[in-house]
Amino acid sequence: MIAAIPATSYLLLAALLFSIGAFGLLIRRNPLIMFMCIELMLNAANLTFVALATELGDINGQTAVFFVLVVAAAEVVVGLGIIVAIMRRRPGATADDLAELKG
Amino acid sequence: MLAQVDTFVGPEVNWFALSPLIALVAGALLMMLAGALTPRWPNGLYALACATTAGTAGALAMVQWDDITDNGPTTLVAGAVAFDTFSMFVTILICVSIILVAMLADDYLRGTPNDGPEIYALLLTAGAGGVVMASANDLIVLFLGLETLSLALYVLAASNRRSNRSGESGIKYFVLGGFASAFFLYGIALVYGATGTTNISEMVVALQNTVDLETPDGLALAGVALLLVGLGFKVAAVPFHIWTPDVYQGAPSPVTAFMASVAKAAAFAAMLRVLVIALPFYRDDWRPVIWVLALLSLLVGSVVAVVQTDVKRMLAYSSISHAGFLLVGVEAAGHTAGELDPGSGMSAVMLYLMLYSVMVIGSFAVVLVVQRHAGGDSSIEAFRGLSMRRPAIATAFTVFLLAQAGVPFTSGFIAKFGVIQAAVDVDSYAIAVIAMVSAVIAAFVYLRIMLTVWTGTPAENSEPIRVPLAVGVTIAGAAVFTLFAGIIPGWLIDATDTVTQYAR
Repeated sequence: MIAAIPATSYLLLAALLFSIGAFGLLIRRNPLIMFMCIELMLNAANLTFVALATELGDINGQTAVFFVLVVAAAEVVVGLGIIVAIMRRRPGATADDLAELKG
Repeated sequence: MLAQVDTFVGPEVNWFALSPLIALVAGALLMMLAGALTPRWPNGLYALACATTAGTAGALAMVQWDDITDNGPTTLVAGAVAFDTFSMFVTILICVSIILVAMLADDYLRGTPNDGPEIYALLLTAGAGGVVMASANDLIVLFLGLETLSLALYVLAASNRRSNRSGESGIKYFVLGGFASAFFLYGIALVYGATGTTNISEMVVALQNTVDLETPDGLALAGVALLLVGLGFKVAAVPFHIWTPDVYQGAPSPVTAFMASVAKAAAFAAMLRVLVIALPFYRDDWRPVIWVLALLSLLVGSVVAVVQTDVKRMLAYSSISHAGFLLVGVEAAGHTAGELDPGSGMSAVMLYLMLYSVMVIGSFAVVLVVQRHAGGDSSIEAFRGLSMRRPAIATAFTVFLLAQAGVPFTSGFIAKFGVIQAAVDVDSYAIAVIAMVSAVIAAFVYLRIMLTVWTGTPAENSEPIRVPLAVGVTIAGAAVFTLFAGIIPGWLIDATDTVTQYAR
């Protein structure tokens, strides 16, 4: 059996992933990359759930992850649908090009 | 380690108590199925089916309301869903809004490729998500409701494929909404770590047992902060409001009306559930944050609205300032959260949401009529001289704007009075004064629109503005309600007074 990694390490890793996702979303301009950053943030939350569930010896945190996975999958469908619809009208559009609405 | 489950025993489900929710979901699914299997329905029938479904759900919610006032609140589905007047009030509000928005959408969609069951099914799905948010007694259930509402709204915002603006509005809403959802979820995970549960009832008990330790729990506080960020985005409070003006302006007008009513009501219901009902033990930690959000929303919302030239954008900023007023009510509720006497904050917020939803749908209905006539232009110039071309519409618009400004004898006055009184009741004088000052600034915006409507002369090419029957009925109904609730508000205030009897 491998040596147990303390839950804190998982939590720190999750916090790091979440920050990378949040930061990436703010600085990247490609809609697809921004979209991937959101997924990264959701998965960081998932990792937190699993680590905490193991720490607490409670199964509810692990079941929560399955719900989140379904939500993330649904979000992919909707998000990609919207991105495809936009790219059809404006091929190669970045977040900076989407600036018709401002004021 | 993790408990082994040998036999699965499903929870007992009181199906009838869930009937409003089931009606909404079943209506959405049936519309999609029947719409796919049958040839095009006659004009208006899709909207009628949508409105009927929402009406049924609303009527069922009223039946449940009577049951709750007789037998007291309880929880359903193994404690996952709360069955209380609070959730039923929001359900009724959402159903009324769906009916009004369906009537607007009908005319908007005629003759476009979108004229089918999809938009209406999405309205119902979003409504069901909002109902789940309001009645969730578990943070994961609340998250699922939030996502159901949001995902449907992203599609609705981007639904006009012939317009660049609609797509842009959809993607902006999607990216920032997803960002907010991720924050909210991470907050749930951390609160789960601190309390060992995502169930609101168990959370309250768990916190009650640990609160005597007097040691602030970093994990829980970080979780509360992240939840606040997520909720702040959803209710469009400054500084998390950046998406609001763009999304409101770009989305089709009926969808904007839907966002400003249903999405806002559901988000505030979720905020009250999470903060006031689930986390009263951290009330001294989250209340100052709400105070600051309220202050910023009130001031930024009303000041920035003044310099806008597009009426939809003005209404978007005014919705931010309305969110500020609602946050004043949430802040007031925070003073007495978790105590036996819940104070008047929560009922003031509920009353505000109900009245605001109707007046904002009315306002966007007028915008829809004018915008359609002006070929999609919703700038303030398009409203010039509206009174000479359509006096009735101009009068109704004036009623809505006066109500939004909070003029006496309109519902807006009752709403604003409610939250400010709730704030004064708990000695939150500073924020009450700021709210009143911002109401004065915001009044300038509404007066500016009214001035354009009543004094300007219409442009040369003014053909008569076409007002379809359904839209006319919506505008008239909303205007009558706005005046009626402003003059005889007693029954509505009595109804909202009971929403503080929540289950947990």
